[in-house]
Amino acid sequence: MSPKRTDAAAGAAIPFTFDGRHHEGRAGDTIASALLANGVRIVGRSFKYHRPRGIWGAWTEEPNALVDVSLDGRTTPNLRATTEPLVAGMAVRSVNAYPTAEGDRGAFLDRFSAFIPAGFYYKTFLWPDWHLFEPRIRAMAGLGRLDPDNSPAADWPQINATCDVLVVGAGPAGLAAAMAAAGAGRSVILIDDRPQAGGSLLHRGGTVDGIPGAEWAARVAGELAADGHRVLTDTTAYGIYDHDLVCAWQRRPGRADALWRIRPKRIVVGAGAIERPLVFADNDRPGVMSADAALFYLRRHGVLVGSRIVVAANNSSAAAVAGALAAAGASVTLADLRADATAPEGVAVRKGAAIEAVHGKRGVEAVTVGGERIEADALLVSGGWTPTVHLFCQARGKLRYDDALAAFVPGDPVDRMAVAGAANGKSGLAVALADGWKAGGGEGAPPDSADTEDAYRVVPAWPKAGADGRQWIDLQNDVTLKDVALAARENFRSVEHLKRYTTLGMATDQGKTSNMNGLAAMASITGRSIEATGTTTYRPPFVPVPFGVVAGRRRGQLFNPVRRLVLEDAHRAAGAIFREYGGWLRPAWYGNGSEAEEVAREAGLARQTVGILDGSPLGKIEVMGPDAGALVDFNSYSTLSSLKPGRIRYGFMLTEGGVVYDDGVVSKVSDEHYIVSCSSGHVAGVVARLEEWRQDRFDPARVFVHNSTLQWATLTATGPRSRELVAALGLGVDLSDAALPHMVFAEGSFEGGLARVARVSFTGDRSYEVSVASSQAHRLLAAMLEVGRPLGAFPLGSEALLLLRAEKGYLIAGKDTDGTTMPQDLGITGPRDKRRDEFVGKRSLFTDNARDEARRQFVGLAVDGAEPLPTGAHGVDRSGGGRRSIGYVTSSYFSPALGHPIALGLIESGLSRLGETVEVVHLGRALMAKIVAPCAFDPEGTRLSAPDGAAGTTGPDRPATGVAAKAPPFDRGKRWAPLPDWRSAGLVRDGWTAKRVPGLGQTLVSGRLSEAAAALCTGATEVGLFGIAGGSPRLVRIARDRALIVRDAPTGGAPATNGPGFVATRADDIFAVFELGGPGLRGLLAEMVTADLESGSRSAAVLACGVPILLYRTAPDRARLHVEAAHAAYLWRWLETRPAG
Amino acid sequence: MQLFPCPFCGSRDETEFHFGGEAGKVRPEPAGETDATRWSRYLHVNANPKGATSEIWVHDTCGEFFLMERDTVSHAVTGSKSLRAEER
Repeated sequence: MSPKRTDAAAGAAIPFTFDGRHHEGRAGDTIASALLANGVRIVGRSFKYHRPRGIWGAWTEEPNALVDVSLDGRTTPNLRATTEPLVAGMAVRSVNAYPTAEGDRGAFLDRFSAFIPAGFYYKTFLWPDWHLFEPRIRAMAGLGRLDPDNSPAADWPQINATCDVLVVGAGPAGLAAAMAAAGAGRSVILIDDRPQAGGSLLHRGGTVDGIPGAEWAARVAGELAADGHRVLTDTTAYGIYDHDLVCAWQRRPGRADALWRIRPKRIVVGAGAIERPLVFADNDRPGVMSADAALFYLRRHGVLVGSRIVVAANNSSAAAVAGALAAAGASVTLADLRADATAPEGVAVRKGAAIEAVHGKRGVEAVTVGGERIEADALLVSGGWTPTVHLFCQARGKLRYDDALAAFVPGDPVDRMAVAGAANGKSGLAVALADGWKAGGGEGAPPDSADTEDAYRVVPAWPKAGADGRQWIDLQNDVTLKDVALAARENFRSVEHLKRYTTLGMATDQGKTSNMNGLAAMASITGRSIEATGTTTYRPPFVPVPFGVVAGRRRGQLFNPVRRLVLEDAHRAAGAIFREYGGWLRPAWYGNGSEAEEVAREAGLARQTVGILDGSPLGKIEVMGPDAGALVDFNSYSTLSSLKPGRIRYGFMLTEGGVVYDDGVVSKVSDEHYIVSCSSGHVAGVVARLEEWRQDRFDPARVFVHNSTLQWATLTATGPRSRELVAALGLGVDLSDAALPHMVFAEGSFEGGLARVARVSFTGDRSYEVSVASSQAHRLLAAMLEVGRPLGAFPLGSEALLLLRAEKGYLIAGKDTDGTTMPQDLGITGPRDKRRDEFVGKRSLFTDNARDEARRQFVGLAVDGAEPLPTGAHGVDRSGGGRRSIGYVTSSYFSPALGHPIALGLIESGLSRLGETVEVVHLGRALMAKIVAPCAFDPEGTRLSAPDGAAGTTGPDRPATGVAAKAPPFDRGKRWAPLPDWRSAGLVRDGWTAKRVPGLGQTLVSGRLSEAAAALCTGATEVGLFGIAGGSPRLVRIARDRALIVRDAPTGGAPATNGPGFVATRADDIFAVFELGGPGLRGLLAEMVTADLESGSRSAAVLACGVPILLYRTAPDRARLHVEAAHAAYLWRWLETRPAG
Repeated sequence: MQLFPCPFCGSRDETEFHFGGEAGKVRPEPAGETDATRWSRYLHVNANPKGATSEIWVHDTCGEFFLMERDTVSHAVTGSKSLRAEER
């Protein structure tokens, strides 16, 4: 008789297929229980030898029953049949078997097993080349098949949580611990990887506090949940990481799985124990099964795994199993290695008897015990219990071998962690309850179990050196006792070597059933004790965890967000193709033509009329206070404090190693106010270094750094007609070259707001940078296009700008410089030679290396013909006989203005070799280039201040080359959804809402905050992280000496104030403000923020979804979140796409 | 994932922090009187101790540079200290 149900089915049958055959399961089934109920014995073929294998266990320890599961058109490989709930319509496939597990064509391989022992691939198939054999051999081994179409939705939430006590395992010990901790007033999170609390109580029974154990477990779990504690079932605590971060994977039926990141103050591990196999010849036959698993299938699923059953054990725990199976109607023989074993009612017992042989090739047919052949269709095995100490060991706990238990148990305790119950070697219901109660800090009497039970007793039964037959140790990776002996013979005797040589314990089950037998075998073979042999290192994860759980929602547009321009919608409307530049999504060019055509058109036109470029991402870092000049001087290669107010200077920032970190211009507003304009990709870095030196070298009460980049939008008009355009805007600025020459700025107004007009040029043509508050950016752009229409104004993209600046030989730090480039390599030595004061990187400019004449230096490279040099091509020197790189091409274009190619590069001794020819090599081609000055266009610089008016075409109008005209443009704008329409943006979800709050007044203040508050916002309520500030104005604390003043209405007033002991700058447009509300607020924030919101942190600044925000509340269930405007679209999308539940 | 104590903000996730260098390094000045060996030691030579160490870290979200004592083996953080007085 095959296995069968012992009770009537409840509810409708659940149809599924296994290897193409139809079966039916029932409610509550796992795939494994349904297969057993249907009499399926061979559920897979082994990894290497294709031996038939059946179900061994009932939970995560299962080594054999791995299956590919197809459901709803999606296949997930290598799921454990023992843990996977059965769902109607599942198509289940065995792994490593073709066409079926039952009739696998690879089964012949087992006859060749003698030729393919552990490590065979290191020794055989080497001639002539392993790679000839590798594909076939790999195809014959292995597990399930990947489904290339299986791309789960990116909706796996990650939830941050804190608690006083985290209890892992809701068995008797864990439940007692959770009860005790909750009773002492501690907040508790109780986790269990099964669908319901109870652990061993659910199938091994027993009574607690006078009621059946399962009932007691449900009651305790229910009470904990009712008292506001969290009880997470179907949740596996799979790893513990630094500083007690516990990660847990939660399966949520009908919803996406979740990751819990839990920071407990204390951890109780009540993870139970796993039953070990006994090792004997052919112990891998289908039908050989864990005794406890058989009891589990009987009690939980009503499946009797056999009708004639032999139970083989070395310990007292199997007697209850034998008794239960006999009571369920099976004929049961108990073969117990212990001479004093007792038999339950209805069970025949063979004391001191071991399994000598298993008969049956494709499954158990009979067993020889003590010389006696017993017909059997199932052989249940209990080789003792291995405590589940994974979390303890991951937390660097050390194990101790306990001879009486024949097991490793936790040794000296680990801080903030207790291990309790079977995981602590404390078996037996009453013992486990008491141990858990103590671990949870319980006082008084623990939950009471009236059951009088025998103490757990075991006689060791480890694999023995030299035993006959094929004795399987690791079922999933097909490792036998002989493989362990082979490893020992070849001197891989350390358990870590044993593991790597034989792959013992390396499979997806990570040796849950095999490690102990493996190391015991090695101990026996090498004549050492088990304790001296030791265990391998325990590492997370405890079970295989889907990548999606670890990745969470960080995919697609939520992965590594780009910064977004406030004008992005306008650029899109103007036909922009977008690319990423320095972390910003910016227009590369406009129009439907090919890249080459459009870039050439824009670059050509920019030399004739006027282009309008969105330069908003360029840094605008305000350095203010009495020591502002000293700080910017120290930070910069050039002296800046000597500037007159209203003047601008170009220069570099160096690393302490003397290397050019960034270039940019600095504007001096006053002696106590500078604006550092660095490249867009370096803003965060430049702010960080200014802040570091400010705090580490200067008096932080006398100089302050505010990043106002996002407050100001900058539109640059560049070209011969740029002055006419800016004049037509009517900003109230005298634009005459006498009043506003190159490298000077002036302040005017645009529609009532401040407008800064700066004469700087990155194109070599007359240019005006007009900066207004970001909230006015759309109006300014519209006005510029409107007044510019008669002048031929057009939107200019970044690619054309890059070309225009290359024509002028203007470098881009990081593109035309590398990690060795110093200012003298760029031909700028003045500050090095003249400055007497200290500045960052100074000493490094005087090393022998820095003074080497043969350094790579910044030059232009000219070629004959129309084809530009390939960027990245190397200059080579053949003088030494071989070929040596002397540098490379950093930028290369076809110049429409000049009608020929131009290039920039770093070439050894380049500055002293002007006019010489170098060989340039790229992908096997050799080209010749002449070293020239970097500036190829208008070297006299007359165009910078040329008279207004359209310039004629300065070169022959030639078609650009190099890019196929019909190639579709590479447009990063398609990757990122357009900006939300902020005027109507609002989300109403189940339990929470989100909306944008416009029109707040925001002012960033630094310094003495009490004085700033007295001067700027009397009566303001100060608020920190997740604190509550009811009314306006609010002083939202950011740092020790920094805060954001938030008012309900725009503030107006001066954009920057140097007060006594403090500074203030307008920040209305730096932050977008969202309001989140509703009863689900706390749950929403738990997915956004890793910090402990209840910690009372004084600073409202925190990372949310990976970006910095300010977070506080205006009412208990209403939060405000200030996010940098460039990240607002990212955060909004995060909110908008958050899955329900 | 480690937790670091910002002296102002309190305990926060390590992703909010950046390493700022070993504590106690003094920038040799003036450049003209600093020999190459000393400068090189300042730039490149770190004690990198196994065990207890004293380091400068910056809390990115609030911008504070501070001193942190921690153990490079156990990752235990034994304390953090502000390098400056509080502004009120």
